[in-house]
Amino acid sequence: MRVHVDPSKCQGHNRCYALAPELFDVDDYGNAFELNDGVVPAGLEDKARLALANCPEFAISIEE
Amino acid sequence: MSETVYGPVTDWATDFDHASPAYAADMHKIWDDLKNSGCPIAHTDRYGGTWLPLTHELVHEIAYDTAHFSSQGPVVGQLKPSELEDSVPAPIGGAPPISSDPPVHAEARRLLLPAFSPKVIDPWREEVIMICNQLIDDMGDADHIDAALQYSQHIPVMVIARMLGLPVEDGDKFRGWVNLVLSGVGEERTEARMQQFMEFNEYLEFHVNDHVENPRDDLISFLLNAEIFGEKLSIRHVAGSVILLLIAGIDTTWSGIGSSLWHLATNSVDRRRLVENPDMIPAAVEEFLRAYAPVTMARLVKEDMEFHGVQMKKEDWVLLPFPAANRDDKQFANAHEVVIDREENRHAAFGLGIHRCLGSNLARLEMNVAVEVFLQRFPDFSVDANEMVTWSTGQVRGPRTLPFVVNARA
Repeated sequence: MRVHVDPSKCQGHNRCYALAPELFDVDDYGNAFELNDGVVPAGLEDKARLALANCPEFAISIEE
Repeated sequence: MSETVYGPVTDWATDFDHASPAYAADMHKIWDDLKNSGCPIAHTDRYGGTWLPLTHELVHEIAYDTAHFSSQGPVVGQLKPSELEDSVPAPIGGAPPISSDPPVHAEARRLLLPAFSPKVIDPWREEVIMICNQLIDDMGDADHIDAALQYSQHIPVMVIARMLGLPVEDGDKFRGWVNLVLSGVGEERTEARMQQFMEFNEYLEFHVNDHVENPRDDLISFLLNAEIFGEKLSIRHVAGSVILLLIAGIDTTWSGIGSSLWHLATNSVDRRRLVENPDMIPAAVEEFLRAYAPVTMARLVKEDMEFHGVQMKKEDWVLLPFPAANRDDKQFANAHEVVIDREENRHAAFGLGIHRCLGSNLARLEMNVAVEVFLQRFPDFSVDANEMVTWSTGQVRGPRTLPFVVNARA
């Protein structure tokens, strides 16, 4: 599974970083990006889905 | 709570008043009735012409459409910005970046974003814990307390005053001015009100100039040193941003904390779950933000246009009721139910699009800590049946008095 944050949609709500810090980080401006090229380590799939389901800007996508 | 200068509302679809006490008392039913009667966008001639879209989809669309909707007037008033002598024109507006449009907006916002990023805000946690505990210590051993007047209203003021570099003891003054700007929109423009606006401006001018003379390590000095398009910010821009940070940061977070505590005082099952499982608090706070979103923003129509079948006129106000978007059952399952462990929660309490609340990380920190400390110290509390809970009117909604009985303390 891979996650991706669309930087043109992210407005820095910071939900993904709060819910899944293993998968996302934020820059100095508070905008999010995926860690480890978006590769989701085994066992963290639910966290990836949780991050997607809580992004107000619909900026996160998941490739199964 | 008194009626606005426009008098009682006759019809919510064609004559609504978002600042009326009737709206504050019953907004959820008003939105549902309007939507069910086939009116997704209400209108009023009040405030010189104002629109109220009610679905998540419409609110989302307008928030994203900066080509047709300007942020120059984020708070609806009786006069349009063009009718005010001292207004700052678009794309900057009077309180950048909240009042700014592209292309100025991104630059003005970029200046402030690093000061409110998660990694800068998180270290304030200990300070907020201390403030919350101190406020509870100050209540002594009283069994009857007011969680709005003695607790929630002080937390954001104390934090933002410290961050900006303004005297913490001026909290009462800040709250007075916040009230003037946000809750007084429907009141008559009396001499006394104008005098208060003048005092607010003089106060800011004094403190900004004091920072020019005596720079220090705080946000006002940071802004005075900041540059936009290769030039230092004007004093007017700095003062405008300070107004924004004071106004936007105080009333809103105070309301968010107050609504959360009100919910817990009136829902003992939820309160017990959070007392027993404090690790559920962050998710619960997100649900309180969804269900009791404090903030409605406003836009101005740039040019005459048709929008989903209605004719909008240049300079009409358009409200963005994020609280209504958050209760839209097309976007949220059981939208009117407060589900403190809701898993899917794309709420819009902090807005959508380029104007996402700059202080959202700070607001979340304050709400989380305020709820956590309150539940630790008062594991059981309820609303005092002999007193009245009162709610604000206008674009920021939250309880202004919260008379509680403390049933257990730790």
